[in-house]
Amino acid sequence: MKVLRDLRFPLIAVLCAFLVGAVIVVLVGDSPIETYRLLLGSAFSWPDGIGYTLFFATPLIFTGLAVAVALRGGLLNIGAEGQLYVAAFATAWIGITFANLPAVLLVPMCCVGGVAAGALWAAIPGILKARFGSHEVINTIMLNFVAVALVGYLTQYHYRIPGDPIMETAPIGSGAHIARLGAFIPGLPARIPLNVAFLLALLSCWLVYVLLWKTKWGYEIRATGQNPAAAEYGGVSIRKEIVLTMAISGALAGMVGINEVLGYRYRYYDGFSDNYGFTGIAVALLGRNHPFGVIVAALLFAVLQRGGVPVDAFTQLVSKDIVLILQALVILFVAAEAMFRRPVGSRQSAVGSGQVAGDKI
Amino acid sequence: MRSILTLSLVFSTIRLATPLVWAAIGGLYSERSGVINIALEGLMLAGAFTAAAVTFYTHSAWAGVGAAMLAAAFFALLLAVTCIRFKANAVVAGTGINILFLGLPAVLSGALFLSSGSTPQVPREELLPTLSQLLPIAPQWRILTDVSVISFLALLIVGLTSYVLNSTPFGLRLRSVGENPEAADAAGIRVNRIRYIGVVLSGVLAGVGGAYLSIGQSSLFTRNMTAGRGFIALAALIFGKWRPVQTMLACVLFGFADALTIQMQGVVKLPSGEDVPVQFIQMIPYIVTIVVLAGFIGQSRAPGALGVPYDKES
Repeated sequence: MKVLRDLRFPLIAVLCAFLVGAVIVVLVGDSPIETYRLLLGSAFSWPDGIGYTLFFATPLIFTGLAVAVALRGGLLNIGAEGQLYVAAFATAWIGITFANLPAVLLVPMCCVGGVAAGALWAAIPGILKARFGSHEVINTIMLNFVAVALVGYLTQYHYRIPGDPIMETAPIGSGAHIARLGAFIPGLPARIPLNVAFLLALLSCWLVYVLLWKTKWGYEIRATGQNPAAAEYGGVSIRKEIVLTMAISGALAGMVGINEVLGYRYRYYDGFSDNYGFTGIAVALLGRNHPFGVIVAALLFAVLQRGGVPVDAFTQLVSKDIVLILQALVILFVAAEAMFRRPVGSRQSAVGSGQVAGDKI
Repeated sequence: MRSILTLSLVFSTIRLATPLVWAAIGGLYSERSGVINIALEGLMLAGAFTAAAVTFYTHSAWAGVGAAMLAAAFFALLLAVTCIRFKANAVVAGTGINILFLGLPAVLSGALFLSSGSTPQVPREELLPTLSQLLPIAPQWRILTDVSVISFLALLIVGLTSYVLNSTPFGLRLRSVGENPEAADAAGIRVNRIRYIGVVLSGVLAGVGGAYLSIGQSSLFTRNMTAGRGFIALAALIFGKWRPVQTMLACVLFGFADALTIQMQGVVKLPSGEDVPVQFIQMIPYIVTIVVLAGFIGQSRAPGALGVPYDKES
C-alpha cells in the first residue's frame, strides 16, 4: 500500500504533463494520439527500440542518482551537467595518455579517473558551502559554465587532432573500450551502443540504496538532509557531510563519461551531453529521490527521447522538442505537488520547501 | 599589436550589457521580494521568441516588445503560482521553466514557420530603432547616439528601480517581505501578494531583455539564443549585491569582458602565435560570482528570507 501511495503523485504529475502536452500538440495542429503513439510506441521494438532506450536511460540513471543523493543530503546539485563534462574529459584524457596499457589496467584507470574528476568538481561547491556558506545552487550553476569552457579549451587547443574540424579529442586506446551488450545478447547488433555502463548504472542504483539506507554514512547524509541542526546535535559534522554528499553526487554524475567515452564514441566529443544533468533533476524528482524510482523515471525519459526521433520524422508539425516540453512540465508538476493535495494548507511538499530552500544564498 | 580599446569596444560593451541589465534588474525585483529566480534564462527566451514572432506578423517592433513583456510575465506568473501558492522549490521550478523554453519556441516555430527552432528574419527597418533613428540629431554626433533605444531605457529602468526600491512605499514593502516576512506580515503587508508582484515584474523586464536579443541585436529568434545570459544576469545580480546601480555596473563589466573576447578574436595573439583562448574570458563572470559569493571581495549578503516560502500558519 505504501508503494502505491508513493507512486500516486508522480503518476498524477506525469499524466498532467502529458495532458498539457496534448493540448500544446492540438494547438500546434497535430494529432496528440498519433504523437504519443510515436513518442511512446517506438521504444519497444526489438532490437533498436529497446536497445536505444536502455542506452539513453544509462546517463539519465547516473545523473538522476547524482541529484537524488544530493537532495537526500539536503543539497540541490544543479551542476551534474558540468561534473559529467569534466569527468568525461578526464576519462578520455586517461584513455589517450595511457593508450598502450592493456585493458585490465586501462579500463579501471579510466573509470576511476573520470569518477574522481566528477567527485572533485562537485566537491568545490561543497567546500565553498561548508567553508563560506555560499549557496551550492548558484555555485553549481556557475561551475557548469566554467566546466564547459575548460574542457572546450582543452579539447580545442590541446587534444584535438590537428586539422579535425570537429571539436573532439583524438581516439582513446583500444584497451579502454568496454564491451557493447550486443556481444553477450544474441539478436542485439553491435551497432547499438548499449554497453556495459548500463549494467554499471543498475549496480550503482543498488549501491546507492545500500549506502543511503544500510550504512552509517548514508544515515548521516539523510539525517543532515532532514534536519541539519538535529544531526549536528547528534554528533554529525555538517560540514564534512556537505562535502562528502557533493562528492558522491559528482562521482555518480561522472559515470556518464564511462558510457559516453568508453562505451560509445571512444573519444571525448565536445558538447555531447543532451541536457543529461538537467534531465537528471526531473528524473530524481519523479523517482522520489529513491534509487529504484530513479530507474523507472530514467526509463520513462529515455522512452520519450527515443520516441522523439520518429516524431520528428513522421508528424507534420510537432518536432521532437515536444520531449523537452514534457520534461519541463513533469518537473513543474512534480515540484508543485501540493496542487494535488487537499487541503492545500498541508505543509508537506515534494522536494521539501524546508529541505533545501531553508538555507540562504 | 593594434589597439583594441576603441570606440567600437565601448558600443559593443553597451550592446552586450543591455540584455543583461534588463534581466538582472528583473531578477532583482523577484529576489528582493524573497523568491529565488533562476528562470531568468527561460523568461528571456520567452521574450525573445515572442518578440520576433509578433514583430514578424505585426511589422511593429514595439508590438513585439509589448507581447514579449506579456508572454514573459505570464510565465513568471506561472513560476510564482508554483512557488508561492503550491510551495514548490523555486530552484526546481525555475529549472522547469528554463527547460520549457528550450522546447516550446522550437515546437511553436516549427508549427508557425515550418522551421526547426528559428523565426523568419525581420526586415532591418522593422527592428528596434536606435536613438539616432528616433531623435533629430546632427550627423556628426550620431556616432554617440547609435545605441538602441532599449539600451537607453535600460539606464532609465535602473534609475527608476533605485528610486522605487529606496524611496517608495512599494519598495519598502518589497524589501521587508524579502528580509523578514513575519515582521512584514505583522505590519499588515500582504507578503505573498508583494512576492507575486516581484516575480511578475522580473518576467516583464527579462522579457524586454529577451526582445532586445531577437529584434534589437539580431533580427530573428534562434534556438537557445540567450546562451546562458540569464545566468550571467543572475551572476551580475549577486556581484551587484542585489542593488540596482551596482548590478548594472556588474552587467557592464561582464558585457565588457564579452566585447573584449569578440574584439580579440584573430587580433591579439599569444607570444606563441596562437589566438588567446576565448574560453578563459568566457569564464570570468562565473568565476567572479563564485569568488564574490565566497566573500573574498567584500560581503555579498542576500535578502534575509531569500528562498524561504512564507506560510502564515508556521
